[in-house]
Amino acid sequence: MEWLERFFPYILAGLSVGGQYALIAIGYTMVYGILRLINFAHGDIFTVAGFIMVYMSATMPLYISIPLTIILTVLLGFTVERVAYKPLREAPRMSIMISAIGMSYLLQNLMWYVTGGLAKQYPVIPFISDSIVVWVTTTKIVTLVTPVLTIVLVILLQQLIHHTKLGMAMRAVSRDFETAKLMGIQINSVISATFIIGSFLAAVGSLLYFSNYPTVTPTVGAMPGLKAFVAAVFGGIGSIPGAVIGALIIGVSENLIKALGYSTFSDAFTFALLIFILLAKPTGLFGEKIIDKV
Amino acid sequence: MSLLTVTDLKVSYGGIEALKSISFDVRKGQIVTLIGANGAGKSTTLRAISGLVPVIGGSINFDGREITSLDTSKIVSEGIVMVPEGRKVFPNLSVLENLKIGAYLRTNADEISASIEYVYERFPRLKERHWQMAGTLSGGEQQMLAVGRALMARPKLLMMDEPSLGLAPLVVKDIFRIIHRLRDEGITILLIEQNANAALRAADYGYVLETGRITMEGEGATLLNDPKVRDAYLGHAKGKKSSEPEVK
Repeated sequence: MEWLERFFPYILAGLSVGGQYALIAIGYTMVYGILRLINFAHGDIFTVAGFIMVYMSATMPLYISIPLTIILTVLLGFTVERVAYKPLREAPRMSIMISAIGMSYLLQNLMWYVTGGLAKQYPVIPFISDSIVVWVTTTKIVTLVTPVLTIVLVILLQQLIHHTKLGMAMRAVSRDFETAKLMGIQINSVISATFIIGSFLAAVGSLLYFSNYPTVTPTVGAMPGLKAFVAAVFGGIGSIPGAVIGALIIGVSENLIKALGYSTFSDAFTFALLIFILLAKPTGLFGEKIIDKV
Repeated sequence: MSLLTVTDLKVSYGGIEALKSISFDVRKGQIVTLIGANGAGKSTTLRAISGLVPVIGGSINFDGREITSLDTSKIVSEGIVMVPEGRKVFPNLSVLENLKIGAYLRTNADEISASIEYVYERFPRLKERHWQMAGTLSGGEQQMLAVGRALMARPKLLMMDEPSLGLAPLVVKDIFRIIHRLRDEGITILLIEQNANAALRAADYGYVLETGRITMEGEGATLLNDPKVRDAYLGHAKGKKSSEPEVK
């Protein structure tokens, strides 16, 4: 049991950070599922959500600033799609990808411009920032809340996708735009809904992630954004359960590597994993199986 | 009385004129067919009516209303529903979900359930397999599902793009039996077929499309016996030449 006592705090931290990666990864994977697009701006939306929270909480109480942060982040995700992707619906895939990269740089530079590149103090959110003793370790409550909240949100999302009309439309659109149109589905509304859900989860992930850190800078979101992307590819891009499992595996692995004293290699591990999975099983753990039959 | 009137319809893709001004009528309660070779513009015509491709000239009038260049979902809600070429069922949705998504624009849950029962009655096989993913059905079953899915929208005009393509002869016979039955139940049908023989036999009225123009029209039986049509599309079924080997 001694080894378990030693590793327990790391596993706990790993599940927590994994949950945060998962909330971002779902946005990548859902957009890919529908548009076959890697939304490079998604990681930046996550970081912008951190700054929105900084500025909102400076003037408003938390019970207003938290929901407002979520709403504004959702609005940003929706706007990014309308401005940068919707006009390119009929364009070649490469054009929309370049537009996504452009959007990513635009958001990054806007953050530099607005903040002057200075680190901004992230507000302390009472309760989830409080410390708690769990078995052999002391941690913040957010560490326990994150995996639970992640699982609850993922279950709700799966219900939405498999048991509602909107979810059915999303699955149809992800397969075949034109036939979906012939059913009377308005493709653009379904795509917007996907970006709204993805940005909502990224906003929640951002609140949980940054409450672990004292400050936010324009670049600090790049790493979790990138790791969430790796998680989505590892799990099989397009698959929501895949993204969640991929994110949890990456979160826990990183922390176990730290526990073994190789902290320097924890980031390298994630990207080595990406290279390995792309070589060994490019469709990821739960990648799309093609079941076309003529 | 005509349900659909197409007047001087022009469509072009990337600088190529796919339809050079075509006009035709679909009368209420009839099966009307467009026949023609590959690339004559048959599919383009249906896609233009459904609003899937932009129309650059002419007009489409349905049930007394101008529907040219409306949004596809608006056209579906007017009552024009298409069974696309190659069936295009959603392979990742169950059979039941495929039917439900056909009723996407309808809101009354009781009426939708009644429509599902109506489709199951016509295609008992779909009821047996309602839980199965549509991608696992056979080609014939997928065609039944595609027709059932279209019926879920309660069409006034059902447009069918090559429903017999790639199906076994027995299944093709079934499909044409269904088409007749739907007509008898009051659904108007616009049918596109490469299998001109079967299409003209089934149809009340037909049009012959050649490289973006309509070159001939008439009742199904009349066209079927027209020597020019026989020559071009029916492979001289009873002519002398059929017994001779083809020499180029």
